[in-house]
Amino acid sequence: MRAPRATWHGLISAALIGLGCLFVAGCQTPPENAMELSPDSLKLRQLQTRRVEGIDEKALLAASVGVLQDLGFNIDETETQLGVIVASKKRSAIDTADIISSSLETLAIDLALSLVFGDHYSSDGEISIDVTQKIRISIVTRPALDSSGQPRKDAQVIRVTIQRLVWDDEGTLVHAESIEDPKVYQKFFDRLSKSIFLELQAI
Amino acid sequence: MRTRYRLLVVLGAVLLCGCVSSIDQVTKTDQSAVQMRSYQERAFDTADKEQTLRSVIATLQDLGFVLDKADLDLGMVTGTKLSGYELRVTVTVRPRGDTQMLVRINAGYEEKAVKDLKFYQDFFTALEKAMFLTAHEVD
Repeated sequence: MRAPRATWHGLISAALIGLGCLFVAGCQTPPENAMELSPDSLKLRQLQTRRVEGIDEKALLAASVGVLQDLGFNIDETETQLGVIVASKKRSAIDTADIISSSLETLAIDLALSLVFGDHYSSDGEISIDVTQKIRISIVTRPALDSSGQPRKDAQVIRVTIQRLVWDDEGTLVHAESIEDPKVYQKFFDRLSKSIFLELQAI
Repeated sequence: MRTRYRLLVVLGAVLLCGCVSSIDQVTKTDQSAVQMRSYQERAFDTADKEQTLRSVIATLQDLGFVLDKADLDLGMVTGTKLSGYELRVTVTVRPRGDTQMLVRINAGYEEKAVKDLKFYQDFFTALEKAMFLTAHEVD
């Protein structure tokens, strides 16, 4: 009997595709600790939270929208009754320091490999560069509580969380991350105090 | 011979991956609604919808989410967590009788619904702390 080679080929390919499907499907569960409070969560909360005196919740939300506009964000969603503002902006993600360092890295690797494999070694020299990023920000306000645990009208607590998605020059998503750099939040709140000042003057 | 080869590959792939048209994904669920609700839903002893939603929002922020949407009238919040992966959750809050609020969360991770029990338990554990209330299982 003739053993058709193509048949075997087909079976093996099908099995491989099937295994691939199973593998991909099996891996699609979130990391174990995705919904656990991390040890850093308290520190992050402090970083992202400020208490603002002498302003009501609506005025604080208005001042926050003002800051977001100053920073070039577009507002995606607001819910005044819950003290929520969501905004985003798309910007360049090109970081010159990054490009220089990764070019130098490639050069160094090429040089090292040339020494090992002879003079003519050269990798394809492809450097992937982060080109665009989408920055998302949500601002949440709530009335601060007085000593008896009642919400105050004239003092608010505001918390800001920021995240970003970064794509490279081929359109591949390369980073999806929360922004946890204290400097970013510090700058944001500095701007907010100015905006609050303006908002209160207008009232 | 060539056709036969292709046919086999397709057949094998269909057999192993299940014969699902991508449009069927719109109404596809892996479990019964009752089964899903049993781990996605908890009751809290409070009648304050706004406070419950604000606690849900605070909890999501603690867990590293950035909000996408919030609506008090409908009693819902949607948020996304990015941490090398993309995780999107929607939480709804609605009254259950006059004394309780029913909180339900569903989640999508990459391209799948999350069915991991611990995932949901962890969320309610975090929410309990923010609410200073116990999450009751709902029968």
